[in-house]
Amino acid sequence: MTLTETPPARDLEAGFEATIARNERIEPRDWMPEGYRKTLVRQIAQHAHSEIIGMQPEGSWITRAPSLRRKAILLAKVQDEAGHGLYLYSAAETLGVSRLELTELLIAGKQKYSSIFNYPTLSYADVGTIGWLVDGAAICNQVPLCRTSYGPYGRAMIRVCKEESFHQRQGYELLATMMRGTDEQRAMVQESVDRFWWPALMMFGPPDDASPNTAQSMAWGIKRHTNDELRQKFVDMSVPQAEALGVTLPDPELRWNDERGHHDFGQPDWDEFMEGVKGNGPCNAQRMAHRRRAHEDGAWVREAATAYAAKQRAVSA
Amino acid sequence: MSELSAEGGHGAVPLKDVPTGEGVTPPEPEWPLYEVFVRGKRGLNHVHVGSLHAADDRMALLHARDVYTRRNEGVSIWVVRADAITASSPDEKDPMFAPSGDKVYRHPTFYDIPDNVPHM
Amino acid sequence: MADHVHTTPEDEHDNAYAGLLVNDAHWAFGTDFEDPLAGVDTTIPEGVDAPTLAAYALMLGDDALVMSHRISEWTSNAPDLEDDIALSNISLDLLGQARLLLARAAKADESVVPRLPDGSPAPPEDALAFFREAHDFRNVRLAELVNGDFAEATVRVLLFSVWRLATFERLRSSRDHVLAAVAAKGVKELAYHRDYSARWFVTLAQGTDESRRRLLAALDELWPLWPELFDTHPVEAAAAESGVGVDPASVREAAEGVLDQVLAAADVPRPEASRRAGVLGRTGRDGMHGEPLSRMLAEMQSVARAHPRGQW
Repeated sequence: MTLTETPPARDLEAGFEATIARNERIEPRDWMPEGYRKTLVRQIAQHAHSEIIGMQPEGSWITRAPSLRRKAILLAKVQDEAGHGLYLYSAAETLGVSRLELTELLIAGKQKYSSIFNYPTLSYADVGTIGWLVDGAAICNQVPLCRTSYGPYGRAMIRVCKEESFHQRQGYELLATMMRGTDEQRAMVQESVDRFWWPALMMFGPPDDASPNTAQSMAWGIKRHTNDELRQKFVDMSVPQAEALGVTLPDPELRWNDERGHHDFGQPDWDEFMEGVKGNGPCNAQRMAHRRRAHEDGAWVREAATAYAAKQRAVSA
Repeated sequence: MSELSAEGGHGAVPLKDVPTGEGVTPPEPEWPLYEVFVRGKRGLNHVHVGSLHAADDRMALLHARDVYTRRNEGVSIWVVRADAITASSPDEKDPMFAPSGDKVYRHPTFYDIPDNVPHM
Repeated sequence: MADHVHTTPEDEHDNAYAGLLVNDAHWAFGTDFEDPLAGVDTTIPEGVDAPTLAAYALMLGDDALVMSHRISEWTSNAPDLEDDIALSNISLDLLGQARLLLARAAKADESVVPRLPDGSPAPPEDALAFFREAHDFRNVRLAELVNGDFAEATVRVLLFSVWRLATFERLRSSRDHVLAAVAAKGVKELAYHRDYSARWFVTLAQGTDESRRRLLAALDELWPLWPELFDTHPVEAAAAESGVGVDPASVREAAEGVLDQVLAAADVPRPEASRRAGVLGRTGRDGMHGEPLSRMLAEMQSVARAHPRGQW
């Protein structure tokens, strides 16, 4: 291969478009438009940040889990979230950014994470509700991403989705078990669902008419469904699950629409959502401080390992 | 208002007006990237399952066990520093040689698994 | 419920994990363990005193439970993602050991299990974990200390795993089938914990001036609790005598030998600090603990105790 064989940029772009059109995957060393690459970095990095920040709300109940079995399940789940973050950072790294750079952007507040994790966890039922509703919503978002156009992202998502579906089942099973328990436990479950239902709907983002750039992401095969399509799917999926559980979803407008073949439902408070995105949510400051502290506290350890490895290489050289 | 897309995985995240890492200088050297290959059971090839960071080879192996096999006994793990892999491009149009292809794509190509591997 | 995440054949082609992770147990905890002792022979061996067996299993179980809890507090706080995951694995291993050992204690002698209100569905191992007071816990004091920095975690896991591995290697031949099975599984787990912590011990000792300073400080801080691990409590003596347990004094040489190798590899001298005294001569195995344990239990037991009839 020599430089004279280099194809002109127009051919590269046409090749990229053709790969997308054939529904084939773009791989790390393929040519890609800069806008595609940047959109992917933003999406994958912030997805990774969400997994890592998402360890905190549930993680705060590991030390209070009410049975040894629940403690093991919760600890393993939060561990999975660390794993998901790691897989996703790896996928982002194939786009030419490092995990450390992305972590710096997170703790500087320049990149975001999902606002759902800025809500507090206030009872053990929240562990179940997060599994059922929050992970359920995440699955709706993530399953289409297994077929996203960027290969490493799609492959990371396959494993993430597999584990998320277990998390959702575990969460639902915890709530179902609690609903078979005492009156206090049933009240705890209902209260938790009341608090998390609207934030779960917010996870899909603002309505489509407020999302002018969706078209480009969909054309690139990065995004495969609109925010409203995903939200509808989630509501339709959750209603029968709520009935089976015996809890009420806190939306007076929620009802089946025979004509549409879907449920009608109300809109969450988008002002509250935007406050969270801007950093004014109930736990934004706490989550960021926790992450920053853990990262800074670990600096001397990471540095020591780097220094040790360098010394070992010097000895063997 | 910056547009927010549901595809943040765990919820909507902004996809506009967010920096993507260029020009950020990490305040510390980063542990090198390792690629991880796992043989799930005898009779199968080692397959690429992902990557991780570690200061050295030994740490990379320990981490690979934790991250990619979750303590599953009896699997065989290979780790190799990503910068030690020589890779061809999946396409003849290798960006390494293209005029606009000067970005730091430091990852090796991932391997697709042939159809018959899981059933060998 | 999750049937909407099934993958199409085309996705299977892309799925590198298809041949690797062949059953659901690899994906998640909690899918395959209801009765921790299911399928294990729980008959008490001939000539073994049941209360002794129960008390001995509680000691080993409490060590694992308390140590697991402290390590679990590292979740989302570790220096890097890979180590966060590693520490969770260690915590999960010990939690698994604790669950089996507490269940064994309850099965051997029901009288050790706290009485719960009528209608409480809590299984006996949970009653033991969540409804005993601090003075009923029999763990060594090393396990219960409030967490320090990563050097402290490294040293604590190293001391604990070197000692427990030496114990479990012998416990594999216990006349009690449950203890023997727990030990056989635990040996592999503890060998990993030891390797992980020994590797970090050497790394921190040889890394930077700061990491060495922190490591030596952690070693000095924990060293006074090392000798307690080899004290022989009367229960341990009786358990060893009847062939179900291991006398801690008998594993001292093996454990010290391993530790000396790690110290030598790290070029760290053995500390000279003397052992920490107990209260009226009593220490962890006698139920005499430091202040941190009761605080730890107050947190750990809070939800379970608020709902003694709760279903979890």
